[in-house]
Order: sequence, then C-alpha cells, then structure tokens
Amino acid sequence: MKFPIYLDNHATTAVDPRVVQAMLPYFTEFFGNAASRNHAFGWGAEEGVEKARKQIADLIGANSKEIIFTSGATESNNLAIKGVAQMYAEKGNHIITAATEHKAVLDTCKHLEKDGFRVTYLPVKGDGSVDLDMLREAITDKTILVSIMYANNEIGLIQPVAEIGKICKEKGVLFHTDGVQAVGKIPVNVIADNIDLMSITAHKLYGPKGVGALYVRRKNPRVQLTAQMDGGGHERGMRSGTLNVPGIVGLGEACAIAQREMPAEMARHRALRDRLHAKLATIEESYVNGGMEHRLPHNLNMSFAYVEGESLLMGINDIAVSSGSACTSATLEPSYVLKALGLGDDLAHTSIRFGIGRFTTEEEIDYVANKMIEVVEKLRELSPLWEMFKDGVDLSKVEWVAH
Amino acid sequence: MAYSDKVLDHYNHPRNVGALDKKDPNVGTGMVGAPECGDVMKLQIKVNPDTGVIEDAKFKTFGCGSAIASSSLATEWLKGKSVDQALAIKNTDIVTELALPPVKIHCSVLAEDAIKAAIDDYKTKSSATAQVGASA
Repeated sequence: MKFPIYLDNHATTAVDPRVVQAMLPYFTEFFGNAASRNHAFGWGAEEGVEKARKQIADLIGANSKEIIFTSGATESNNLAIKGVAQMYAEKGNHIITAATEHKAVLDTCKHLEKDGFRVTYLPVKGDGSVDLDMLREAITDKTILVSIMYANNEIGLIQPVAEIGKICKEKGVLFHTDGVQAVGKIPVNVIADNIDLMSITAHKLYGPKGVGALYVRRKNPRVQLTAQMDGGGHERGMRSGTLNVPGIVGLGEACAIAQREMPAEMARHRALRDRLHAKLATIEESYVNGGMEHRLPHNLNMSFAYVEGESLLMGINDIAVSSGSACTSATLEPSYVLKALGLGDDLAHTSIRFGIGRFTTEEEIDYVANKMIEVVEKLRELSPLWEMFKDGVDLSKVEWVAH
Repeated sequence: MAYSDKVLDHYNHPRNVGALDKKDPNVGTGMVGAPECGDVMKLQIKVNPDTGVIEDAKFKTFGCGSAIASSSLATEWLKGKSVDQALAIKNTDIVTELALPPVKIHCSVLAEDAIKAAIDDYKTKSSATAQVGASA
C-alpha cells in the first residue's frame, strides 16, 4: 500500500494516465490555436477540440453544438446563472436555488441580489433533497431560472433532478444544474432530465484541472446567455478566449472513459463504500450524514460523536479525507451543508467525508476503517464529552461556558 | 496546516489524561468551552491543603490538536506550582511554547480559562470547608 491514502475524490481526482496520454500530443505536435482557420496547426487543434466536444456530449445525451468550453465549473456556474439572469432580465428577476449548493452557485446568486435580482434559497429535507412542492410553490411569473445541483459534494445526495426538470419545463422556467459531482459518476441525460444548462469540470472525473464545460440547450427551448467576458467571440459568442486545447482533449477523453466504464466502476465504488460503511457503523455513536438511498455510490459522510473532526484528521494523517469541522474551514464555521440537513453544530464538528475513487483499493478501505476505529477510540478516552455521555449526563442540558 | 513538533508530541502522547474525584474538597474542576464551538476542556487540580501546592493535575479535551496540546501542556505546568503561581500562567506562554499559529490562539485562551476555572472551583470549595470548620 502506498501512503498517504487518497480518499478525497470529491475535492479532486488524479488524472487518469490514459487521459494524460491523449493530451500529450496537443502540447507539442498539435499545439495550434483552434481558432486558426487557415493552416494545418489550427485544423489539428480544432479536430481535437471537436472530438472532445462529441465525447462530452455523448456522455450526457447532448448535441456537440451544445457544449461550451470554460475554465472549470466555477466559471460555468457563473456564466450560466449570470448569463441567464442578464439575458432574461426583461422576463423576470427571480431565481431559485437551494441552501446546500456549492459556493460558486450561492455566491453568484448573492452577487445578483446586489444587482437587484430576487433569490429564493430553498431549505432541504433531512436527506438533503429539495422538497418538490416547495419548489413548485416558489416559482412565480417573475422566475426565470432554477439552479439545483445534480449531486452534493459533501453528502453525495442525488437530487430528484428529473422531477425538478419536469416542474421547470411545465412552468416555463430554465433549469440549470451543477453537474460536477455527478457527470461521469452516475448516468446523466440532459434530455430525460429536462436540463437546460449544466456545469461540468474535468478534474472531478479524472481529467486535468483548469478546464470545464457548460451544456447550453439549443432546442426546446433555445437557451441564450449574456457573455461574461468580452473578446474574440469564441464558443458561439458565449465564452471568448483561446481554447485550452490539451485540457479540452483531456476532458473529452475522461468523459469517454467514464462512459465506457461507468457500470463496472459504479458497482465497484458502491461495494467499497458499503464495506467502509459497514466497518465504521460498528463504532458506537456514529451517524451517517444524509440519506443512503439517493446517494453517489462513492460517497460516505459520517459523524463520530464526541470526537472533534480536526483532531480526528490529525490522528489519521496518513489518510487524505476532509471534515465538516469548523477548525478545518477558513471561516471557522462548521459545514453549512450539514447544518442545512438539520445537524447540530456539535455533530457537524465531528463529521468526516470519504470520497472513493477509481484508484481506491479494498486493502486501502480496510486500512482506513481500522485506523478510524483506533483513533476514534483513542480520542474518546481524551474526550470529556464522551465521559459525560458514558456517565449518563444529558449534554443538551449542561450550561456550557461558551467562548 | 502543519503542526509544530510540540503540538504533535502532546497530541500523540498526551500527559495527565484522566479524572480526579470531583467531590474531594482539595480538587478543583474547571470545564470551559461548548460542544457547538468545537472545543470543551475539563481541567482538574488537586491541591495540598497544608502547602497550597498543586500536587496533581488531569485533563480531558474535546477539540482540535492544538486544544488537546494546550490543555496537556497546562497540566504539566500546573504540577508543583502554588495556586498563585498557577494563576500567573498566561495564554501567551502556551502560544510561545507550542508555537501556535494565530488561528489557534483561542485554544490557548481556553486553556488559561480552564486553569482559572479550576482554581476558582478549588477556592470556592476550600473556603466553604473552612467556614464549615469554623462554625463547628
């Protein structure tokens, strides 16, 4: 086994060596500018880009012409939400999103609020899903866009996207989804799901960092966007800037591999995740955060009561995972996603997210499980809260000296 | 974030973990912090009533590695000190000793608060026993 063990695949993934191989010629041999129409260097680059466009489109059931290349999902989310808001401002000024969205969506919405748009942040149910009736009721004649992520980056919850898409279609409202955690991991089809815009990034599906895409529907309806960068009018005028050809080729290859291997990979991930879950569930006072039913097969998020998350990470320092504890965040606030599920701050502080990936082995899962059990036990010996819990003290009734 | 060697040492080999008898009149118990804030420290001292010297100190901490190290270090420093000397321990001493980064200074403040709370508890208890003794 090689250390440290990487189980943080919701943050980023290693580039698949096959993706690297596909990219390499585009640095040296086909280095041309894909926008150069009058010589072979440009044509070679363009060919690589168009092949990738098709590979991405095929993975999500779209047409090649509906794929717009960007620098990653943060840009895709900004372009989708601001681009729609500005283009359709005459039609309405209301946007609906959810409390558990990624910051790239939430902060984009907050920005638009300053520009005079009205945003509804839907609460979520205990498993992390949005309430479809609440969504239906939130849509008004001023609503122009609904933005709900496909799957959540912390708890792996898969939203009822097809139902959301259907509601949006019925009401004549555009539907954007941040597909970062789902595309390439589970089947996603923009036609079946009635998705109008979808953000994708390469580095979450074994492609390189710094490249992503936005799916923009061309038919029923034809979605228009106000460009967020001025320049040469690349990508049908929606996103100017010379294309990152090697990155795009890498994203395309990553999508092609994901499409071919998805059924086997999902089954393998699910088996590893369930194995990890079964072992960790033997720890007393451990809780799964979010529901298990509609969950990405490679995600597990658990809280280990009375053990603070950062100290737990310190004890498992040969394993790369992340925690919802305040101490591991820049803001010193525990995870807003876990809090939106109704989890108390105390349990949010004790949460660990495991993200299984293409290169995770069963041997690694067993090592991680055993190490977790050992460290949780050690830290509980140190924990005054564990001692009180064992003595039968109701911690919710204690008057804490908060600081 | 990288931890200093001293923080790692206290985290890996915490000193004086455990509990003293809360009901013992010579034991002072301080518990500070809150689970919602992500750290709770329980620090206990046992004082020799004749000499006023802290003979034993124990801690248990729920919190990050720096919080565990701060309280572990505090128990080391408390042993053998008089109550007045113990009151002179400042959070900045802990920061310096453990090389805590700015974002972890609150851990040292919590440890200083825990020391003060334990001493307060001891003083309250011993003055109560003294009064009981005087009236008897």
